[in-house]
Amino acid sequence: MSATTAGGGRIELTDLCKRYGSGPLVVDHVSIDIAPGEFITLLGPSGSGKTTTLNMIAGFTDITSGSIKLGGRDIAPLPPHRREFGMVFQNYALFPHMTVAQNVAFPLRERKVPKAETARRVEETLRLVDLEGMGGRRPDELSGGQQQRVALARAVVFSPSVLLLDEPLSALDRKLRQSLQQEIKRLHQELKLTFVFVTHDQDEAMSLSDRIAVFNAGRVERIGTPADLYRDPGTRFVARFLGESNLFPGRLRPGGVYEWAGHKWAVPDADGTPAGRDLIVRPERLRLAATPGEVPDGANSIAATVTTLSFQGTHQRAELDYGDGSTGSAVLPPDATDGIRAGGRVTAYWDPAHQVLVTPPAEAAPASAAPDPRTIKENA
Amino acid sequence: MPAPTAPPETAGAAVPAGRAPARPRPAARRRAAALFLLLPALVALGVFFVLPLLDIVMRSFTDPEPGAGNYLSLFTDGYTLRVLGRTLLVALIVTVAGVLLAYPYAYMMTLASPTTRAVMVTVVLVPFWTSMLARNFAWMVLMQDGGVVQGLLSLVGLNGVRLLGTTTGVAVSMIQVLLPFMVLPMYSVMQQIDRRLLLAGQSLGASRLSSFRKVYLPLSLPGIVSGASLVFVLALGFYVTPALLGSPQGALIAQVIAVRTRELLDFGGAGALGVFILVVTLISLGVSRRLAGSGAASGAAHVMAGGGGR
Amino acid sequence: MNARPWLKIVSVLIGLFLTVPTLVVIPMSFSASKTFRFPPEGWSLEWYERLFTAPEWSTSIVNSLQVGLLTTLLATTLGTAAALGLQRLGPRARGLATGLLLSPIIIPHILIALVIFSAFLRLGLSGTLSGIALAHTAMALPFVVIAVTARLQGMDPALQKAGGSLGANPFSVFRKITLPLALPGVLSGAVLAFISSFDEVVIALFLQSPSALTLPVQMFNSVTVQIDPTISAASSLMVVLVSVPILLAQVIGARRGKAGRQR
Repeated sequence: MSATTAGGGRIELTDLCKRYGSGPLVVDHVSIDIAPGEFITLLGPSGSGKTTTLNMIAGFTDITSGSIKLGGRDIAPLPPHRREFGMVFQNYALFPHMTVAQNVAFPLRERKVPKAETARRVEETLRLVDLEGMGGRRPDELSGGQQQRVALARAVVFSPSVLLLDEPLSALDRKLRQSLQQEIKRLHQELKLTFVFVTHDQDEAMSLSDRIAVFNAGRVERIGTPADLYRDPGTRFVARFLGESNLFPGRLRPGGVYEWAGHKWAVPDADGTPAGRDLIVRPERLRLAATPGEVPDGANSIAATVTTLSFQGTHQRAELDYGDGSTGSAVLPPDATDGIRAGGRVTAYWDPAHQVLVTPPAEAAPASAAPDPRTIKENA
Repeated sequence: MPAPTAPPETAGAAVPAGRAPARPRPAARRRAAALFLLLPALVALGVFFVLPLLDIVMRSFTDPEPGAGNYLSLFTDGYTLRVLGRTLLVALIVTVAGVLLAYPYAYMMTLASPTTRAVMVTVVLVPFWTSMLARNFAWMVLMQDGGVVQGLLSLVGLNGVRLLGTTTGVAVSMIQVLLPFMVLPMYSVMQQIDRRLLLAGQSLGASRLSSFRKVYLPLSLPGIVSGASLVFVLALGFYVTPALLGSPQGALIAQVIAVRTRELLDFGGAGALGVFILVVTLISLGVSRRLAGSGAASGAAHVMAGGGGR
Repeated sequence: MNARPWLKIVSVLIGLFLTVPTLVVIPMSFSASKTFRFPPEGWSLEWYERLFTAPEWSTSIVNSLQVGLLTTLLATTLGTAAALGLQRLGPRARGLATGLLLSPIIIPHILIALVIFSAFLRLGLSGTLSGIALAHTAMALPFVVIAVTARLQGMDPALQKAGGSLGANPFSVFRKITLPLALPGVLSGAVLAFISSFDEVVIALFLQSPSALTLPVQMFNSVTVQIDPTISAASSLMVVLVSVPILLAQVIGARRGKAGRQR
């Protein structure tokens, strides 16, 4: 009945803002359009507004301005229990005085689902998360991973159109985290719900999401598929947050030339407007040559000192020092050791097609400046 | 206060049409619920405690006649001043003796194994909640003439020591009765002290004793202060022990209040004594709060209320 | 453990000082003598018989039970509601309200007795059992507030959110999640409220009348007004009756404490 909202799980956030008292905006004009069945991740460091945004979607925090629509209907005035979203919490939030089955049955009992139907759906859902036969246990008799699976079962058993997940894996250790990631991914594929996932872990975000919205200081700094964001982060913040990079904070000069600390590099696709930009190269795109003569024609290059070289099984990592206070790293095949050793001088080079220019943080920008369309629209 | 209108810099993103107006916000609803839930208890306390207290303070200045007469007579009738002095002295002795006894016990509690500690907590909690009268009656039996205490004292050569009806007897049993109030705040502070600090002190060249004196003692001071102020305040207004074990000649302030209230119906005079106790109480608690913070006292309160088993 | 031997010995002695003197009331209660001589010279059950058959004693027991139960009911209801209310306040208001609610615990009883006696004389509540129960309610409130608050603070706030997100309305969340989880705190608060009332002497002494004598007042009078060894039987019973619930509360608290607490 109420669970089948017309329009499925499409969520539209429009100019969503939150401020506490007369403080600054902690969520600053967030607009995201989430398609039905999409797995979207709100990614950002703590304090970036991602959790507040999720709490506003769930109805635990009221909105200061803007709108939240589900399937075209404004849900901002609805209390949490009338929003029909499943939610999974960081510390599981299983009811300690109920058994696993009672926990999973809770949302059905609240909806006055008949007993037999409830029992059938509880069993079915426990099977879905691989917890068959565990219904009689108490939550404190389960491992962390099992508890989180119960929480997942409880959040989807009433067939909500949207599942909200608030850092559900952060309380688990690394190994469990990975197996639960697979579990969540599988659930998403089987249930075809809209998933809104909050995390500060970029690897988690990359491996799970259809799209990622990167939050910084209350705003969505950039939104896109994991591959897009990795290839073309757009801003220094996103570039730093999504994996490592060799980053040179220089300027774009007229004529397709990039300049940093006396180095000049070719930028073939530059539009010719001079501007302060960061040039970044991902470690796996960087090559190392023992002598400058080995650098192929047309590549951009820079001299570097190898500070450490470490063997990692599938690859080697070289930590590099470019001078002028700039450091970076390169990932090498496990057997590429010719003339490269810790403490030695090398020439790092890359194909200009593999470099990306991103926007550095605006200089001395006031805390909540006027909305600036640059971050999202620029690279469209 | 939730800002109802959009601030200037967000004016472009004004509230879109369709947002429901004037829904009571969760914060406002919470406040209303809080008030609704708190009101009965606050009213009960107000009617049965706060208002009567204000009334007594008023009466101490107006009954039998307006002015500070009740207070002046505390200092001029010769008798009351002696009672006040005796009460303060007893309270002080009980407090000091309490600190000396409670400190090693509480310290031992932090060293003991979990089981031993549970036993030690129970040993403190059971007397805390056991009938005040039963405990004082027990002392009465032990201290009576020809009783067990006299027998023990004569074994060590002290013959015919009278305890029942003396201030010494009162003080001894008050120490025992009030000891749990001293142990609990001390323990709640001490269990939070990282014992490795003592080892660190020793590794830096301090002897075991001086490491204890310079590291542990200062850290445990908040527990001492809040335990001591609590016991001092309670001792000041203690009634049952002096009434059962003391004598009218050696009366303490609580006995005088009882006589004035119940037998003489002199609410003005009793009120003045009560205000004296109240002021000393508030000063001691204020001093203790300044020196020790409120954490120690509330921690102790939790132990008292049965959370102490862990 | 690395405690010095002298510390262990001192601790044992202090533990004995805390417990042993009180235990003399138990052999005393089986004494055959009409005096308080100790150790008793002969044995009998006379004082227990008197405690339950002599009208002044049996009435006072019934009175104390009535006052205790009424106090428990009132203090537990008001105190639990207040503790729930405190959770919904901002930090400043909560500090203030907590201070007020806990104040009876730190104000000397003699002062409370004086204050309540004078007020109740005017209100016509002095000398009535319900008056004593009302005064005891004000005294017992802090214990309930502390016990319930401790329980609520140990609770993961996400549990209530989870209830809401799963479709339970606020009342349903309260009934099915908050209340069951707070119940051990409510129960131990109730036990403490009962004990604090059942054992209270000073206020009951001030508010007493021939028709409103509680057991502690009767005990007090039995040594100050006349010499009646029945007090030893009453004391023994009270020691046992008061200790047992505490031990139970400790055990239950330790066992239940594990559940529902996220640390």
